[in-house]
Order: sequence, then structure tokens, then C-alpha cells
Amino acid sequence: MTNEVKISTKNVDVFYGDNHAIKDVSVDILKNTVTAFIGPSGCGKSTFLRCLNRMNDTIDSCKITGELLMDGEDIYAKSVDPVQLRAKVGMVFQKPNPFPKSIFDNVAYGPRIHGLVGNKTDLEEVVETSLRRAAIWNEVKDRLDAPGTSLSGGQQQRLCIARAIATAPEVLLMDEPASSLDPIATAQIEELIDELRNNYSVVIVTHSMQQAARVSQKTAFFHMGDMVEYGDTTAIFTNPVDQRTQDYITGRFG
Amino acid sequence: MLALTALLIVGLAIGFFILSRAKAISVSQGALANLHSRPSYHGTYVMLWVVIVGLALLLVLMLGGNAYLDAKFLGDIRAALPDARDIEIDLVLSDVKAIAAGLVSSRIDPLREATAIDFATADAVRIWATVAISLGGALLAGVLGMRQISAEWRARNRSERIIVGILWLSAAVAVLTTLGIVLSLIFETFNFFASIGWRVDKFLFGTRWSPLSGVQDGMMDMDKVGAVPLFAGTLMITGIAMLVAVPIGLFAAIYLSEFASPKVRLWAKPMLEILAGIPTVVYGFFAAITVAPFIRNAGEAIGLSVASESALAAGIVMGVMIIPFISSLSDDVINAVPQSLRDGSYGLGATKAETIRQVVLPAALPGIVSAILLGVSRAIGETMIVVMAAGQGANLTANPLEAVTTVTVQIVMLITGDTEASTAAGPAFTLAFTLFCITLALNIFALRFVRKYREKYD
Ligand SMILES: Nc1ncnc2c1ncn2[C@@H]1O[C@H](COP(=O)(O)OP(=O)(O)OP(=O)(O)O)[C@@H](O)[C@H]1O
Ligand SMILES: [Mg+2]
Repeated sequence: MTNEVKISTKNVDVFYGDNHAIKDVSVDILKNTVTAFIGPSGCGKSTFLRCLNRMNDTIDSCKITGELLMDGEDIYAKSVDPVQLRAKVGMVFQKPNPFPKSIFDNVAYGPRIHGLVGNKTDLEEVVETSLRRAAIWNEVKDRLDAPGTSLSGGQQQRLCIARAIATAPEVLLMDEPASSLDPIATAQIEELIDELRNNYSVVIVTHSMQQAARVSQKTAFFHMGDMVEYGDTTAIFTNPVDQRTQDYITGRFG
Repeated sequence: MLALTALLIVGLAIGFFILSRAKAISVSQGALANLHSRPSYHGTYVMLWVVIVGLALLLVLMLGGNAYLDAKFLGDIRAALPDARDIEIDLVLSDVKAIAAGLVSSRIDPLREATAIDFATADAVRIWATVAISLGGALLAGVLGMRQISAEWRARNRSERIIVGILWLSAAVAVLTTLGIVLSLIFETFNFFASIGWRVDKFLFGTRWSPLSGVQDGMMDMDKVGAVPLFAGTLMITGIAMLVAVPIGLFAAIYLSEFASPKVRLWAKPMLEILAGIPTVVYGFFAAITVAPFIRNAGEAIGLSVASESALAAGIVMGVMIIPFISSLSDDVINAVPQSLRDGSYGLGATKAETIRQVVLPAALPGIVSAILLGVSRAIGETMIVVMAAGQGANLTANPLEAVTTVTVQIVMLITGDTEASTAAGPAFTLAFTLFCITLALNIFALRFVRKYREKYD
């Protein structure tokens, strides 16, 4: 863990029409660090995550104010092309969304559009490593031509993770990446996250306190659009400052 | 009178519904849970019986009574005019009916007048008997049905079974009608092939089409029944139409669903759909009066000789006619592609164009293919535009600037021409049957394709 800031956000507000979904949130995402966003359902974790790679641009009613910088540059500046930004800030969505293509083409999608690989063997290698790292290679290696949509929910989730890491982003945003995985696959994904930290910054949204404690170094607790508390994961889980944080992590509400 | 009876039966049924429901409620002794079926099912059950018995009796008596009266009076008239031919007896009967109804008849003579009086009496008896028996039957069905009502009576299951029966009957009517049409097509096709000495190859591969010019003793000249020019014309015009309609329709759909602001969409989509509502005769008129001369002038300006009626003009206008089918349906399927797929693509750093080409369109492909095939079926079956703008001469040509004709146009010419229907029907039905086979094959192919694709990617 370093203290170098990758993405810094200050006084961010997000509105969906009249719904004030994020209220004056300031968080720093550090390099080579896993940051966990926790909080009750509907508190705005996904919304805030989607601000970091401008996915909210696709929602017409969504308005964002405040300062969001990546490597010191304004993410929302006119000169920034959201397409290039998203190539650097990858995302795994809360709901698995494999493309109606083969498993292979799903993973190869990013490398292909960004021209990351020169030839077919390189591409095959990228696909294989990505699937291996996402702990799904053994299950799909014999049917890479099968449609991605024919996989089970948990397999689709790991396919989407493989798809995201194949693009080699600098920051990876993961919205509940283990929500439908069994304990073994979950452990493998957590291992992956830990490994990704060597090269990237990772932000993970999770509803599992144990998972947040296991994989993250920094934790931010959200509650009804407010960022209540942000700090070292160990500090948040052993010694929370705010009463709401304490209630949440001890399971008194949420 | 009889329509009024049908209304009365329906009224009766509604009355029985209310009575039966009330009876079921009273049978339940205040606790509806005692009943096997809810009160309105008891009502429905009795009501269905009343309607079915009443209307069935009405229908049978109406048709049977008419047939009986006709047979009886034809017999009477024949007895009075033993030497008359069948057709004269028919004429007398229709005169009798006219006089009885107070209308003008072709002739008036004592026989006709006397029979008319008899007929009027018998007809009145028939009508009153029909009314009385069907109303009585309906009433009886209602009373008997109501007597069944008890707490254990399974009115729900029984009325559901009746309703399933009614649904089955409707489906059967649709299927049987189609079957009947196909059978009559096949029958006439056989007749036609018999009349050319079973030289089916002459029909399928011959290149001269002029079937009515060489009819002798019911046999056709087998060298003049070659349908190739017609199918070639249909193919060419359909091809031109699809060349116009598929790109424009698809691009319009992509624009509407992916790029247009909600406001533009709100008025542009209905505008496109209005295009689909224009009668094809208007398009044909437009093709013949505006587009064909325009193409001819334009062609002449660059030194091409263009016929005043050309496949190109008809094809282009037909394409314009088909655009809304393709664009509107494709727009719907593109819109149905879940936003999460687009998000997934954007989230990997794909541009809008990449997302549309590689994710949205493949996901929407089955729907787009069926939209296109629907357009092709429309184009193959379209008649009016071609009659007006493409000509009627059966030319075999690959040049879209010449006049061609299509299968549907020739069917129209055959049926509306002044040759006897029995002669013209053969080639017309055979063409229709061939066309039917082609569209059927097209539909089967489309279904197969869509299903295969669905299985793979759902
Ligand atoms: N596309 C949208 N349009 C309008 N409102 C939205 C949209 N997406 C989210 N919201 C609203 O924003 C608020 C925060 O939603 P968000 O999805 O960020 O919650 P979350 O913390 O991710 O919850 P969960 O843990 O259930 O995923 C909610 O009140 C939600 O209703
Ligand atoms: Mg969420």
C-alpha cells in the first residue's frame, strides 16, 4: 500500500432528477490499494462507483457536480474522452452482463477494440490468462465457443471479471463481484483482487463485512447518500468513529 | 327477426348468469368458502350452456329450415311444370320468393302467385318455429343448468372446460380455413398440370408466358406456360425493393433507437408508421406518374434507353413502401436490447459505434432478420405498385430498366381478364400455389434461423 492518490474526489453531489443520491462525498482512491465501499442497499455505492468512470453519462437524468481528478486531471473536463477514460478505469457490473457472443469473444472484446494484441496466439494467451485469473478457466476451457449467456449466474459473473481484466485497466471498479459465487470461487476472486493490487487500484463494493475486511486496505462507509466514514479498513472495523458505522458493521441495521 | 332472437338468447344468458350466481350465493348459506366454485363460475357455467344451446339451435334450424323449404317448393313447382328445365324451375322459385317478400319478380302468372302465398305461409311458420324452439331450448338449458347448482357442484372446472372447447374451436376454424385454401390450390394446380399433359418442367423452366393464347379443347399450349419470366420479374423487383428498404430502414432504426433524442423519436416514429398506412395503390400511382418518368428522363439524359414502365421504378417505390416495416420493427428489437449490455461495452472503453456494431446489432439480429423477411414477403406479394409501374408484358430480362411482370400481376390479369373463369383459374391457381410454396419456405427458413440464433444466445 502506498499513499499516492490515483483518483481524488471532492464534494461530489449526484442527482437523479430530484433524487439527491450522493451528498457531498470526498474520497481518495490510492494506488496499489483495494478500497471497499460498504453500506446498506440503496445508499449510493453503485452510483458513486459509476461516477469514477463516467458510466453515469449514459443516464439522461443524472447530474454530477464536484471535483473528480484522476492523476491530477479532471475526469469531467470537456477535453476528456469518456471512451479513453473507461479504457483505463474498467468496471465489473453488479448484474452479470455477458455479451451475446462466445465465451472467447466476450473476453477478447476489450483487447480487440483497443488493439492490445497483435496476433491470434497473443489474443488466445490473453484470453486464457484472464479466464485463469478469474478462476473460471477449468470450467470453460473445453467450450470457449459456447455463448457466454449459456453459463450459470456465478460463471457469468467470473466471465465478466475476466472480460474486465483482459483490457488491463489502471483502475478496476468491481460492483459486488462475488455476490453469486460459492465460497471456493469467492476465495479465488479475493485472491485475484489481492494480486491485482500489485499493478492496479481496485475499488470493490460489497455487502459482506468479512470480505471487505479480508481484501481491502481502505474502507468507505456510505449511508443514505452520505459518506459517513473513510479510513484504514482495520481502523473502521475495530474502532469506528461514527455510531452509524458501528451499528452497520455489527449488524444492528442495514 | 332471427338477429333479434340471437340478441334475446344473449339477454337470456345474462339473466341466467345473475340468477345462478344469486342461487349459488344462497346455497352457500352465507359462507362462500362452503362452495367448491365461486358464485360467478356457477353463473358462467349456466350462461355458457344457454348461449351454446340457443345459438346452436338457431343456426341449425335457420339453415335446415331454408334448405327444407327450398327442396319442398322446388318439388311442388316441378310437379306443376313437368316439362320445364332445372334452370327455369330455379327461376320460378326465386320469383316466388320475390313475390312472397313483396319485391318485383321477373314475371307474374297464376302458378307463381299461388305458390307465393303458400311459400309466405310456410316461411312464416318456419321463422316462428325457429324462434320458439331456439328460445325454448335456451330456456330449458338454463333451467336444467340451474338445478345442478349445489355447494359441491364443480362449476369452475366445467366452465373452464367449455371455454377451452370454444378456444379449440376457434383455432380449428383458422387452421381448417388455411387447409381448405391450400387444398383448393393443390386441386386446381393438378387440373392445370393435367391440361398441359403433366409437363411440369414446361411450367417451371419454360420462358414464354402466354397461357390463354393457345387454348384448345381445354388443353393449353405447353410451350406458352413458362413461368420463369414471372418469377424472374418478382425476384428482380423484390431485390431492388430490398436494396432500397434494408439499408434505409435499418439505418433509420439505428438512428431512432440509439441517437435520436426522445423528442425526435416521439414524432419521427409515428411519422414513419404513417408511411406504412398509405394504401399501396397510392404508391403505385406515385410510381407510375412521378418516379417512372423521372427515371426515364434521367436515363435519357445520360444516354440510356429506359422503358416508360420499368422494374427499377416499381422496385424503388416498393422499397419505400417497405421501409417503415423494417425500421419500425428493427427499432423495437434494438430498443429491447438491455441497457446492461451497452453498459458492459462502454465500461470496457468501447465507443458508441463499436458498441452498436458488435454488441447491440448482434443481439438484435434475430429480430432484424425476421423484420427483413417480413419485408420480403410483403414485396413478393405486392401487386398494385407493379401493375401500375412495372408493366404487364412477360419479358425475360436482367435489365432493370425494362418492363417486367410479376407473379401476382399475372394472377390479377388472368382473373380479371375476359377469358372464362374456368380456363383462367388453372394457371392463376398454379401461380398462386407456387408463390405460396415460396413464401412458406421463406417463413420456415426465417423461423429456423431465429430459433437457432435464440437458442445460442439467449
Ligand atoms: N438509473 C437511475 N435512475 C434514477 N435513480 C437511480 C438510478 N440508479 C440509482 N438510483 C437511485 O440512487 C440511489 C442509490 O442507488 P445505488 O444503485 O447507487 O445504490 P447501491 O448502494 O448500489 O445499492 P445496492 O447495494 O442495493 O446495489 C437509490 O435511491 C436509487 O433509487
Ligand atoms: Mg449497487
